[in-house]
Amino acid sequence: MFCLNNVILLIIAISYRYKGGQLMKVDEKTIIKKFDMLNSSKIPKPKLVLHCFNAFWVGGLICVIGQFIGDVFSEMGVPSDEKGTYVSIVMVLIGAILTGIGIYDKLGDFAGAGSVVPITGFANSIVSPAMEFKKEGFVFGVAAKMFTIAGPVLVYGIGSSVIVGILYYFIRW
Amino acid sequence: MGRRVGIQTVEIQSKPRIISTYNIVGPKEGHGPLKEYFDRIIKDDLNGTESFEKAETSLLYTAVSESIKKAKLKEGDINYLLAGDLLNQLFSSSFAARDLNIPFLGLYGACSTMAESLSVGSMIMEGGFANYVVAATSSHFSAAERQFRLPLEMGSQRATTAQWTVTGAGAMVLGKKGDFPYVTYVTTGKVKDYGISDANNMGVAMAPAAVDTIKQHFMDTGRKPSDYDIIATGDLGTIGRQFTEELLLEYKYDMKGHYIDCGEEIFDSKKQGTNAGGSGCGCSAVVATGYLYKNMLKGKFKRILLVSTGALLSSTSSLQGETIPGIAHAVSIEFGGE
Repeated sequence: MFCLNNVILLIIAISYRYKGGQLMKVDEKTIIKKFDMLNSSKIPKPKLVLHCFNAFWVGGLICVIGQFIGDVFSEMGVPSDEKGTYVSIVMVLIGAILTGIGIYDKLGDFAGAGSVVPITGFANSIVSPAMEFKKEGFVFGVAAKMFTIAGPVLVYGIGSSVIVGILYYFIRW
Repeated sequence: MGRRVGIQTVEIQSKPRIISTYNIVGPKEGHGPLKEYFDRIIKDDLNGTESFEKAETSLLYTAVSESIKKAKLKEGDINYLLAGDLLNQLFSSSFAARDLNIPFLGLYGACSTMAESLSVGSMIMEGGFANYVVAATSSHFSAAERQFRLPLEMGSQRATTAQWTVTGAGAMVLGKKGDFPYVTYVTTGKVKDYGISDANNMGVAMAPAAVDTIKQHFMDTGRKPSDYDIIATGDLGTIGRQFTEELLLEYKYDMKGHYIDCGEEIFDSKKQGTNAGGSGCGCSAVVATGYLYKNMLKGKFKRILLVSTGALLSSTSSLQGETIPGIAHAVSIEFGGE
């Protein structure tokens, strides 16, 4: 009787699917529901542990290089309160050069925040749009677009330092 | 004369032939799995010009003019050029058309432009308003990146769902006579937006539009997936393709064995680092004019459904927190079979 059961099931299935020669209407709401379900389960997740690890050691390495340059300046007799400025200048230069010769974007793809957060990443965010928009000229291209990415950092960085400065003025400890 | 069938489909009875095609791609596409189907592979992303936008213009110009030459026609024989691209104010299409002596209609359908221009072209042919029409489109990775995303040299990580805009242009010449693949049905899609706002997840954002258009095409024509040798969506990528397959199952359409996505085919994602696959107007254009058309001529495919898909976002709409509307148009192309 197994066979007959199957045949009946098949007939039921076909008559369920077809209605007057056309496929049965499925409400779009069920599609949206399924879509949301797929969207929350089927999107591949980034490899978080690997990315964190790479960000950690690359970011750390950049800091070690910075420290090394700082130590060299100390050896050269640069006073310790000026040393930080010197190191920043050199690191920005390194970031800019690596951007210019097309290495920093590959480093960024590998290290993520590890190369974005240090000051070399800040240099990258200014040099890369400057290079990109050179074709629109030096005024409306390079100069105008140079800070499209770094601009917000500057605005809120400087802005918050002013606020902190005012607070510090009134609440000295 | 053509007639409407069902809700969104037009039957093209005069069977406008695709009498020639031409495509030209960038170096990365030229290293991909479909390289043997490209007519020309450029060596340098700039193609001898001074900017990426101008390079894209030159690609589109080359595709259009070479496709006309290949059909043994002159620019003056063509009644309409239907073209579009991704750049603001259709940079590439308008400036390529500036150098072509052909009446021009610019179309914007984002990455759905190949099917859109082919649809409109077929309907113009069906209406008897033209002897020859050229449908074309282009995209350029670097030009798209600078308009929609971040500077090229900016060091940032690409999302797993991100896609790689294809550098390339494809053109098709439609004519009335000859033994060539011809257009039989045109299904024009509706805009669908299921609330995806991540511009790095465009394949998924466009999947609902593809699903809706494919489903409507089947309902309107009474066809089913197995009636086609290949159904090719434009640039949904790996993840968008999976979504489309799953969602069409809800409508009881099983696409298995008949379905590819141009964006998934054009690159070797693992070797070329393109994550979810290719995208851009050029993606479905170079795959349709290359892999699909050339295999139709060889007799490998007798009936295909080209479903180019577009994400209708702009750089302003994303910043204003809008979600990404998707669109998909389907064109049925047949040759040699019944």
